[in-house]
Amino acid sequence: MQRNPQLNDKGELQHLLSIEGLPREIVVQILDTAESFVGVTEREVKKVPLLRGKSVFNLFFEPSTRTRTTFEIAAKRLSADVINLNIALSSQTKGESLLDTVANLSAMHADIFVVRHASSGAPFLIARHVKPHEHVVNAGDGRHSHPTQGLLDLFTIRHYKKEFSGLTVAIVGDVLHSRVARSLIHGLTTLGAPEVRVIGPQTLLPAGVEALGVKVFRDMREGLRDCDVVVMLRLQNERMKGALLPSAQEYFKHYGLTSEKLELAKPDAIVMHPGPMNRGVEIDSSVADGPHSVILPQVTFGIAVRMAVMSIVAG
Amino acid sequence: MRLAIKNARIIDPASGRDSAGDLYIDGGKISEEFSRPERVIDAKGLVAAPGFIDLSARLREPGFEYKATLESELEAAAAGGVTSLACPPDTDPPLDEPGLVDMLRRRASAQARARVYPVGALTTKLEGERLTEMAQLADAGCVAFSQANAPLANTQVLWRALQYAATFRLPVWLRPEDAWLAKDGVAHDGELATRLGLPGIPAFAETIALATILELVRATGARVHVCRLSTAGAVEMLRAAKREGLPVTCDVAIHHLHLCDMDLGYFDSNCRLEPPLRSQRDRDALARGLEEGTIDCVCSDHTPVEDDGKHLPFAEAEPGATGLELLLPLTLKWAEARKLPLSKALARITSDAARILGVPAGRLAIGAPADIALFDPRATLRVSPENLKSQGKHTPFAGYELAGRVRYTLVGGSVVYEG
Repeated sequence: MQRNPQLNDKGELQHLLSIEGLPREIVVQILDTAESFVGVTEREVKKVPLLRGKSVFNLFFEPSTRTRTTFEIAAKRLSADVINLNIALSSQTKGESLLDTVANLSAMHADIFVVRHASSGAPFLIARHVKPHEHVVNAGDGRHSHPTQGLLDLFTIRHYKKEFSGLTVAIVGDVLHSRVARSLIHGLTTLGAPEVRVIGPQTLLPAGVEALGVKVFRDMREGLRDCDVVVMLRLQNERMKGALLPSAQEYFKHYGLTSEKLELAKPDAIVMHPGPMNRGVEIDSSVADGPHSVILPQVTFGIAVRMAVMSIVAG
Repeated sequence: MRLAIKNARIIDPASGRDSAGDLYIDGGKISEEFSRPERVIDAKGLVAAPGFIDLSARLREPGFEYKATLESELEAAAAGGVTSLACPPDTDPPLDEPGLVDMLRRRASAQARARVYPVGALTTKLEGERLTEMAQLADAGCVAFSQANAPLANTQVLWRALQYAATFRLPVWLRPEDAWLAKDGVAHDGELATRLGLPGIPAFAETIALATILELVRATGARVHVCRLSTAGAVEMLRAAKREGLPVTCDVAIHHLHLCDMDLGYFDSNCRLEPPLRSQRDRDALARGLEEGTIDCVCSDHTPVEDDGKHLPFAEAEPGATGLELLLPLTLKWAEARKLPLSKALARITSDAARILGVPAGRLAIGAPADIALFDPRATLRVSPENLKSQGKHTPFAGYELAGRVRYTLVGGSVVYEG
């Protein structure tokens, strides 16, 4: 196996490409740094000068509003200059290759590339071809990884539960297509959460998922029992078009999170969701807006976590 | 030219010979000893073996000259000691018309290097709908018929194709892959694909297709060669099929003999291959199957791909790797790992392959065509773009130090390579 491409010779974070393979200390360093930024985002002057004079290129080969916006806010709060490129609508349709696009932007003196791409591994390819002073932050690649989402999920869990050592975490839904699930699973196993469960129909669970260190449950009620954390995954409508699922209605009946099912979890369980939510498909509004939900704090923490990541790689 | 090769270790798997000696060549054929040769090659320290036979080497002509040309790839074949090769029909246009086949053979023979045996398309444009004019294509020089890497989804067409081929006793070469199960997949459906988030191709995409093929062989009596096995299950099925006496043979590619899905590492697009690299268990079963003879031979599945085709995210990268120059060293590596004698290793790329190709090559008997490879089994080759003659520079073996360097290659008694 080659050297972990996200670390430099000294073992420091050069790029953030995936949570898998990150040393525990670096994950903790990111979470601790994010903690210090939560205060910044609550101040009246929400800026620190850590990345003053640096340029952050938001390179989105796949449409996104939420993630791109939070990266933009995070970069601006670090005093960086932010350039948003919606490549999905420009150069790719003109036939320019991925590496040519990156080389052109690199000639404009970028410091950080925040990359989202529909193809798993695309940020690894970019990271292999950027200059030594440039950094790549993966903002979601195919089904593979969405490390800043995973880190903000870890941050949220740590915020409410303090420790990982006694936790049972259930991840429910479309694990097959979910980069969020993969990132969170790696994060939880890295930080020592003793039990990570995935819950879903067999059509939405990838082959050999147990090898990631999770327990598989097909029955949601069984899987939710005594959980501390419930993470609901987004179910895209297109999943109903093929042979994966018959209907949103049947899915909700078996795998949608309702108040009644949530009662099987621990009384102080928290409910998370990476957004955007499909109310009535994977989650009932009474849960999404209920006392267990920490879905909106996740978004707030996401900015602090992205500030932490960018300040660590380029600081 | 009257030529003598002296002091070689002569290994001829077809006859079982493995002894020191001299070879004499006259009129393009191996002959009895004679005096006053025009040229003498001192082969001290070298092995003289029948030239290697590669059952799958893409030369990229016609249509993909930007990836490789006959000139570049036949030079690579010569450097790899390959003297006969079969080229799959997935050119552009595909080899589905006698005129194309004829032109390819003429252009190849003008290069005066390896003998090129075209494999014709089984269906027109490889679209899997209409049969090609197989009998006429055979007259034009096609040695077999195949779908290359375009699996035939329509089993009705496959059945008819095998019936028709059986009528004219034409061999059909099929890579077993269920078109629907493999759709959109780019990696073995297992732990690694799950971790990397790559769409998977399950092992049963191969075994289900193979079960269909074997049933149709029973029904039609067609002679089928099963190409590029990748799973332990398929090896097991072929073992049983051969025991049953079905007219089937099979091969494995050098990549699947040595590598597994873990070699993808961090999305190494050099490992983007068809079929996908599978588990270690599958790889071990393939290596064992080749040893026991369930798998008849090993091929390079040589597929030159240009840089732009590989400098892409894994799933978007073009499948394939260069291999002609690695066929010998990787066959030797397999034999060494399994502690097999050299002659057994060489059989898999000479006499065994010749039997499937149905050509009078792959042996060193008196009167046989003088297709000969002289190689140093201990000299090593570092696999790197600058050390490869092929225009295709991409291979998962880049950086490997491999033993087995070809020093001379002779085709029909002419020296086509000296290195």
